[in-house]
Amino acid sequence: MKATAPYVYPILKRILTVSLVLGLLLIISAFLGLSMGSTAQNIRQILAVLSGRADQYPTLSNIVWRIRLPRVILAALVGATLSLGGLVFQALLRNPLAEPYILGISGGSAVGAIIGILLGMSPFPGVAFFAFAGSMATLLLVLLIASTRSAMKKDTLILAGVMVNAFCSSVIMFLISLTQDSRLHNILFWLMGDLSLSDTHRTLMLMVSLLPCFVALFLFARPMNILLLGEEMAANMGVDVRLTPLVLLLITSFMVSIVVCHTGLLGFVGLVIPHLLRLLFGPDHRLLVPACILGGGAYLILCDLLARSLPSQGEMPVGVITAMIGAPLFILLLRRSRR
Amino acid sequence: MKTSLTVKDLSHRYGRRIVLDAISFSVQEGEFFIIIGPNGSGKTTLVRTISGTLQPQRGQIEILRRPIRSYSGKALARSVAVVAQTPPSDIPFTVADVVLMGRSPHMSLLAIEKRKDLELAERAMAFTNVQHLAGRRFDQLSAGERQRVLISRAICQQTRIIVLDEPTAPLDLAHQINVMDLLERLRKEDEITIVMVSHDLNLAALYADRLLLLKEGSVVGLGKPEEVLTFQTLEQAYGCVLLVDENPVKKVPRVTLVPNSRLMNDCS
Repeated sequence: MKATAPYVYPILKRILTVSLVLGLLLIISAFLGLSMGSTAQNIRQILAVLSGRADQYPTLSNIVWRIRLPRVILAALVGATLSLGGLVFQALLRNPLAEPYILGISGGSAVGAIIGILLGMSPFPGVAFFAFAGSMATLLLVLLIASTRSAMKKDTLILAGVMVNAFCSSVIMFLISLTQDSRLHNILFWLMGDLSLSDTHRTLMLMVSLLPCFVALFLFARPMNILLLGEEMAANMGVDVRLTPLVLLLITSFMVSIVVCHTGLLGFVGLVIPHLLRLLFGPDHRLLVPACILGGGAYLILCDLLARSLPSQGEMPVGVITAMIGAPLFILLLRRSRR
Repeated sequence: MKTSLTVKDLSHRYGRRIVLDAISFSVQEGEFFIIIGPNGSGKTTLVRTISGTLQPQRGQIEILRRPIRSYSGKALARSVAVVAQTPPSDIPFTVADVVLMGRSPHMSLLAIEKRKDLELAERAMAFTNVQHLAGRRFDQLSAGERQRVLISRAICQQTRIIVLDEPTAPLDLAHQINVMDLLERLRKEDEITIVMVSHDLNLAALYADRLLLLKEGSVVGLGKPEEVLTFQTLEQAYGCVLLVDENPVKKVPRVTLVPNSRLMNDCS
């Protein structure tokens, strides 16, 4: 029999190569994220601190390990989660424009989170649960609106998402304007995602709840591939076409909602990263899931770095950066999908 | 010879409309079995219940002498491969990827394709003559090429039964014959049972061991082509007059359409 032709690359090798390259990118971004900031210092000092010789520069060491490191990890986790969220939604809804923010899922969980906070819940599990419920409710609502009109047409889904999103934003504004609660002091935090509220404890908590989700989504990578062949064909190839999408949507909504609890609304990350990675590496989810985790993480670390370093004083919410990059791309994709 | 597929008293209704009404038949291993009938006679519904896409509402289906309910989705996919009527056109994968996905019912969740799987995919592509398309994207192929790729994927699934819903409908004449010859070879070389829905009575007569003729969800004819494709049965099933004579290529019936205007002239 003929030897295996070169077009069927051994997938394991490809996964490892892609993960290695993007992992390197993530490490470089993390290094940049740790070394740059408002406190002036040179690269030698940073290297000294990073290599563990902290005693020479106690202040810098504190800044790097206590302030910047949690923030960099938070950015990586949030970037990975939102990218994965976009990837899963795009696969399940067969729509390259689907993304947690655009579909209003993020908005729904923000509303849920705010209601939870106003009711005096503890951040975990109370507020997280409300955020999750909010995201599920909006997801259901969007799918319901879209499905009543001409069976999930691409634009209908996006329109429904935009409307639900707008509604959620107004509910957020309404709730915030009603309350004197100091915990909701920063409106921008919820409307324009922000990573400045990071600390070691919260970041650790987020990590513990997100990492199992990442693993679970990787396990579902091949079924996601097969679902792209259409529901009927997937069923005939042994994929449970009811349970699989349900589990995927639940995991994704859970991840997105706890991220929204911590960072507010961060738009378009789930659009930019999966799209870019798909262009580079093709449609195989076994490749795209790890690529989204590593690449999405690196992307948001870099965006956050820009948000921290662009203004000469203070910083801007990172959501400003992601929206500025993402919204034009969205329009570009929309134009192309119409063609 | 062993039974490959048994359908007993199968009924199905959508709302109030009865689509299948107590259908019974069985197919032997290695048989080429073609289901024919006018539009809305329940052919596709029948095929979808056999392939496990629809739950049988009433009656039993046995696949390889075991009730279909006893199969898990994956186990069923190891026994029955399906080529559906209208595949989505926006599949972003390459031909090689699509064919290789046929291996997934044989793999556990974390497993990756081994050399053996790649070789099987390669053989399946060679069988339907699509190797030269391996690196091309599925959504850039013509209808005929797509159909051959999907059949190749079904072969790669290595099942004892392959079910096809009008696989020749979108194809031109040369590709129709190619696909039918291919199925014929599969049946002969690997003793795979072929269950197929077709609109083309002459193509069905040329290749089928037995035909099942449905009308409004009931069996009107079941047997060898020469038993089913008779003037009376066809008129009863299709509600129009058809000329039936012998096919000069092979000793099977040949069906010719007769325009209504011509009928009038002949009568007068």
